[in-house]
Amino acid sequence: MTNTDWPLWEVFVRSRRGLSHTHAGSLHAPDAEFALRNARDLYTRRGEGVSIWVVPAAAITASSPDEKDPFFEPAADKPYRHPTFYEIPEGVKHL
Amino acid sequence: MTATVPMTAALALGDDALVLSHRLGEWAGHAPVLEEEVALANIALDLLGQARVLLSMVGDEDDLAYLREERAFRNLQLVEQPNGDFAHTIARQLYFSTYQHLLYSELAASGGPFAPLAAKAVKEVAYHRDHAEQWTLRLGDGTDESHERMRRACQALWKFTGEPFQPVEGLDAGFSGLETAWLESVGDVLRRATLTLPEGARTGAWSAGAGRQGLHTEPFGRMLAEMQHLHRSHPGAAW
Amino acid sequence: MTTAAAHRTDPAGAYGEDTAGTAEFERAFDAAVAADERIEPRDWMPDAYRATLVRQIAQHAHSEIIGMQPEANWITRAPSLRRKAILMAKVQDEAGHGLYLYSAAETLGTGRDELLDKLHSGRQKYSSIFNYPTLTWADVGAIGWLVDGAAITNQVPLCRCSYGPYARAMVRICKEESFHQRQGYELLLALSNGTPEQHAMAQDAVDRWWWPSLMMFGPPDDESQHSAQSMAWKIKRRSNDELRQRFVDICVPQAESLGLTLPDPDLRWDEERGHYEFGAIDWTEFWEVLKGNGPCNEERITQRRRAHDEGAWVREAGAAYAVKHTGGTGGARA
Repeated sequence: MTNTDWPLWEVFVRSRRGLSHTHAGSLHAPDAEFALRNARDLYTRRGEGVSIWVVPAAAITASSPDEKDPFFEPAADKPYRHPTFYEIPEGVKHL
Repeated sequence: MTATVPMTAALALGDDALVLSHRLGEWAGHAPVLEEEVALANIALDLLGQARVLLSMVGDEDDLAYLREERAFRNLQLVEQPNGDFAHTIARQLYFSTYQHLLYSELAASGGPFAPLAAKAVKEVAYHRDHAEQWTLRLGDGTDESHERMRRACQALWKFTGEPFQPVEGLDAGFSGLETAWLESVGDVLRRATLTLPEGARTGAWSAGAGRQGLHTEPFGRMLAEMQHLHRSHPGAAW
Repeated sequence: MTTAAAHRTDPAGAYGEDTAGTAEFERAFDAAVAADERIEPRDWMPDAYRATLVRQIAQHAHSEIIGMQPEANWITRAPSLRRKAILMAKVQDEAGHGLYLYSAAETLGTGRDELLDKLHSGRQKYSSIFNYPTLTWADVGAIGWLVDGAAITNQVPLCRCSYGPYARAMVRICKEESFHQRQGYELLLALSNGTPEQHAMAQDAVDRWWWPSLMMFGPPDDESQHSAQSMAWKIKRRSNDELRQRFVDICVPQAESLGLTLPDPDLRWDEERGHYEFGAIDWTEFWEVLKGNGPCNEERITQRRRAHDEGAWVREAGAAYAVKHTGGTGGARA
């Protein structure tokens, strides 16, 4: 039955202007045009979105959970990237 | 408001939407793929919403939907045709939504009594038209089987495609211009779908008329019987 | 990073031989579950956890799409245009919920085609409640109030299920389903307050749907074969009997407001326990319906199979067109 097995697409929805596209779920469609339309019907039928991306699931390269430590731990010890790292004297504004 | 709305035109447009919505609703639980369950239901819901606005312009929506006899319905014969296979449903969608989109675009710009409804509905209908065109391309240019089914469906419904362009009392639209645009658009879609415009008459030979005159095809009576039975079994009841 | 080891892929059986490695992963997995962390698709997980999830999510997805049938049965006869719109939107939601759930199941490595195949061949089940017929319009209301009510009672705890994609699907579903139960209740209320015939129709529907709804929570805790392990894995978060009791406690006052009677002469408030006592459930009926002897088992699966088979040429056409025009750009999940 492989000839009827439509490929899988991942759907990303921008819920309103000013926000990023967020992963909403997946669906099956024969091609990108239909994936987009199916996504519109399925994931925004209550007006949840203003823009949609569809991506063939097979085209996604994911970081492996194995690499979690090398990938993400270095970021955890760089608190100086976060604004709360810095002490600012009381009363200084617009910083 | 009611006084300025032409009754015949409101019923024609409202009944088209009501009846096609009903037919699409029959697909629930039977669609070829789950994604299409959702898509067909969306279209059916859009149409039902339009029907409710239109019927409410000239009366009580439920009285009009449930208590009129078959002869009082003014919808096109095209929209009452049974679903058939998916190709028949798509051909019906292609023919009707192309017509409805062209008509509503004109009504939206007209400033007449239907302009507000048409301005809102035209966006919905643009999507229905796109859905029908996308499927026509895929069925026409898909497999040998789908091509043949789509060809047969377009042919079978061809004889109902003249009626939409008959003038309707109170509907201020340039029907001959609409017809030219419709033929061009449908012809283009079919060509891209590796199909050709069907041949043969586009209206019936019965001089008494068709759906707009309250003359329907036989399956329509059964459809109404099903639709109206419960409501009519409890006269005056609220639901 | 106490649970970091749980978040690892298991490259197709690479750890099969390495029992020490597997044990380490298992400990880490257990710790992650215990810490209420979510397990995500590419994390290592015990085979039995994966299999249990696939079974449960698939059964849930199947229930959504089979569950469309008894309600779709009334779309063409809905007695007002408002009710017709509501019912169409509800049945559409069920298709959508089926899709969310199949998506969640697919993250575990089982394709939708395979799951549908198992449904069609009877190797996977759906909720037995949908093997009962919808005989009158009031049944649409009873399904909304009781069946969706029971489903929501079951599903709310699943929003905190240990498996991320399932939990996320449930959050979306629960949010969308809030209108399903309310419309059912409102529908029954209109009937109950309507003509004597309408009132009788509503009472008859409640009489027929009450007991099967209680069975939806599954067999009593001491007879439920999957419950204990599922609770430990936090796939399931409340026991069958606990959820059933909660449902009864919610329904009794709601039935009073409806002006309808629940068909259980043993129903009474137990001051001491702070719960309603209810009569014995006919588990013979439950097991019989589950085995296939319900009033509509045959019809439901036949219709589902027919829709799928008759749609095959459409799906083939879509696939063929994609190959011709785009070379087919989609694919299985990375």
